Amino acid sequence: MTIEEHAKRYPEIWRRFNPRETLIRYAWYAGIVFIAVWSVNQLEIPWFYFLDAHTQAGDLFERMFPPDWAFFSEVLDPLVETIHIATLGTIITFVIAFPIAFLSARNTTFNSATWFIGRSILVTSRSVNTVVWGLLFVAIFGPGPIAGIWAIAARSIGFMGKLLAEAIEEIDEGTVEAIEATGASRLQVLWLGVLPQVLPVIWGTTVYRWDINIRESTVLGFVGAGGIGIILYSSINQFAWREVGVMLISILLVVVISELISAAIRQRIT
Amino acid sequence: MSAPADLQDRWPATWKRPGLISNPLMQRGAVALAVLYLLWSIGSLEIEWSRVSQGFERAGTLFGRMLPPDFSRWELLLKGVGESIQMAFAASFFGMALAIPVGLCAARNLAPRPIYLIARGFIVITRTFHEVIIAIIFVKIFGFGPLAGVLTLIVASLSFISKMLAEDIENLPSGSMEAIRATGASFPKFLIYAITPQILPRYLGVSIYRLDANIRHSTVVGIVGAGGIGQVLQASFNRYDYDFSLAILLTIVALVFIGEFFSAWIRGKLR
Amino acid sequence: MLKITDLVKDYPTGLRALRGVSLSVDEPQVVAIIGPSGAGKSTLIRCVNRLVEPSSGSIMLDDTDITTLGRRELRRARRRMGMIFQEYNLVERLTVMENLLSGRLGYVGFWRTFRRHYPPDDIRTAYELLDRVGLQGYENTRADALSGGQRQRVGIGRALMQRPDLLLVDEPTASLDPKTSRQIMRIIVELAHESGTPTLLNIHDVPLAQSYADRIVGLAAGEIVFDGKPDALNESVLTEIYGEEDWSTTVGQDDEEDEGRKDRPARRGDLESEAAAG
Repeated sequence: MTIEEHAKRYPEIWRRFNPRETLIRYAWYAGIVFIAVWSVNQLEIPWFYFLDAHTQAGDLFERMFPPDWAFFSEVLDPLVETIHIATLGTIITFVIAFPIAFLSARNTTFNSATWFIGRSILVTSRSVNTVVWGLLFVAIFGPGPIAGIWAIAARSIGFMGKLLAEAIEEIDEGTVEAIEATGASRLQVLWLGVLPQVLPVIWGTTVYRWDINIRESTVLGFVGAGGIGIILYSSINQFAWREVGVMLISILLVVVISELISAAIRQRIT
Repeated sequence: MSAPADLQDRWPATWKRPGLISNPLMQRGAVALAVLYLLWSIGSLEIEWSRVSQGFERAGTLFGRMLPPDFSRWELLLKGVGESIQMAFAASFFGMALAIPVGLCAARNLAPRPIYLIARGFIVITRTFHEVIIAIIFVKIFGFGPLAGVLTLIVASLSFISKMLAEDIENLPSGSMEAIRATGASFPKFLIYAITPQILPRYLGVSIYRLDANIRHSTVVGIVGAGGIGQVLQASFNRYDYDFSLAILLTIVALVFIGEFFSAWIRGKLR
Repeated sequence: MLKITDLVKDYPTGLRALRGVSLSVDEPQVVAIIGPSGAGKSTLIRCVNRLVEPSSGSIMLDDTDITTLGRRELRRARRRMGMIFQEYNLVERLTVMENLLSGRLGYVGFWRTFRRHYPPDDIRTAYELLDRVGLQGYENTRADALSGGQRQRVGIGRALMQRPDLLLVDEPTASLDPKTSRQIMRIIVELAHESGTPTLLNIHDVPLAQSYADRIVGLAAGEIVFDGKPDALNESVLTEIYGEEDWSTTVGQDDEEDEGRKDRPARRGDLESEAAAG
């Protein structure tokens, strides 16, 4: 068959989407753009501010340099406190999220009521930000690191619990069947059939969340829940930009180092 | 099986599992270290234990004051929620758009080295600092209100999406890129054919996830005065209007729930 | 020993997998159950230890009717029945020794299991079994580092750790290559005979079944259509079980089997029957 004859047999145009689909896609795009533009409009943003945004940024940067290193001695203690809040909070999370994850997994929960309760606890925990939990716990325990530790735990339980529950639901059921066939009790089945399979996820998630919690702990002080946030807030409010600079650099170092540690440990686990 | 008497001489009667840390000395060392850390950290926090024990009582009182939730000021609530949603949308839109150039610059296999380093540096720095810190700085510069909030969320979305984008581009199989390059295509065409189709699904998925996340984050930046429902919440706590606070919290939870649901639905349809 | 009477299993989808199966095992023999896929072999085996709940019928293990047991008594009954699975079903991340010891879970309380503090007799038996299945020295190896045949041997060991009154074996060789399949069948049958344990064994490979079993039961569409000695399996019986087919290459023992036996040198720790059969 010649190329001409070949061409006559097959359609000339290739389109990925037929006309109807194309219309729908463009409608979606238009819709999204419309919502975005409407939102921006509604917010009454004074656009002229942006004209000199880069100058503003440069100006700010200048004011932070050179950092006030003398201030660093005052930063050290709160920085350490921040790390403690994150670590202790993560440890408490680990203890609590564990049983809740078992309740939230369809294959290890007792009945649909317990499953629902487990899932609801996790959703509530995840919906509220750490800082907002901080507000709540400061109202309960008063200002200080206790409120911070509980705030970290309250948010992390949802994070860890969800990932753990998903891991539990994905285990190999054959192994569980074999353990059941030996006449083992329910607890033994959980301990030897389920747990070893999810252990890597448990460690990985804990370390991952610890690293995220270090970041979260840096701002808990903004609502009075301890850590470096307290002095950071006050320095910003006083426009003491050189002190702010020191603190930002310290935070940067701590966060980067904790991320490196967390990535290294998680590498070794998998 | 053979009678137990037979076995006694042939086989050992105990077995120890080889632990994660093989050296038993190191095992005990690790445990000791953990215990020491706990003691040190708890000690150094200067905890007033009286306050802790009181805490449970106070929690009870607090919940008493929170219930029943007070929805009477629902207009204020709705305004705050509306503002949060608008902030989230606007920020996602700009964040998505800006993430494209930044993401391209941060991809090691596309961008020349100095540009790559600058882009990556930007991403690292913006990711390190919690958005509340960025928010409060913006509030200082631009004043209270949603402007600072939107800017914060734009920066947060930008850094998140562009990081994903850069990683996706770096993970692309070099084969398909080479093939398109071999046809002699110019850079923009190269972009469209080689890169876009492969990263588009995840880019859209990540952006939608970010939209939902921005709704959550918009509640927080308000606490430092950057607009949205967080600001309403902070105000209510300051005034001890705890029943209104609970109403706001419930609304936030509902909002996040709906947002997650919606986002999962859309991402499902994208596949 | 084992007496199954009128066992029926209906699945919620409407499928009737077992239509009144009756089977009795009165002596310590190896009974191979053959039949096409979907005949109900797996369902039958799993009903005996109630991993699948029977719809009606009775299963008597000595004097106990398994079908009427409550949860706690069922657990006690299960520890008397050792099961070997097609996919081995070991706990991958644990060592061989721990997998073997998990056979004793029905006899050891939770706190001892938690502290991994098993009775000395159990540990000695575990070592002995390790030796018998040819895995001596592997006690500290993680299960996921083993080959398919090795994993199945651990599975066999685990089932025998229960010192069971009945062995249930579900397609032990389906995932293994021909040579390993024969090794596994040999080990199972040897150990079953040695300990005098009656064995119900599902298998789809007819020649293997004929070579190793003492008795063959043919299952088709949920009913028993044959129950007798391996050499009574002729072409018409196979047609009844499986349907029309050219059976000429299937009937009779494997010649490959006999060839292999003559050639292989004796290995330490290998089963004595090698020398005896010759």
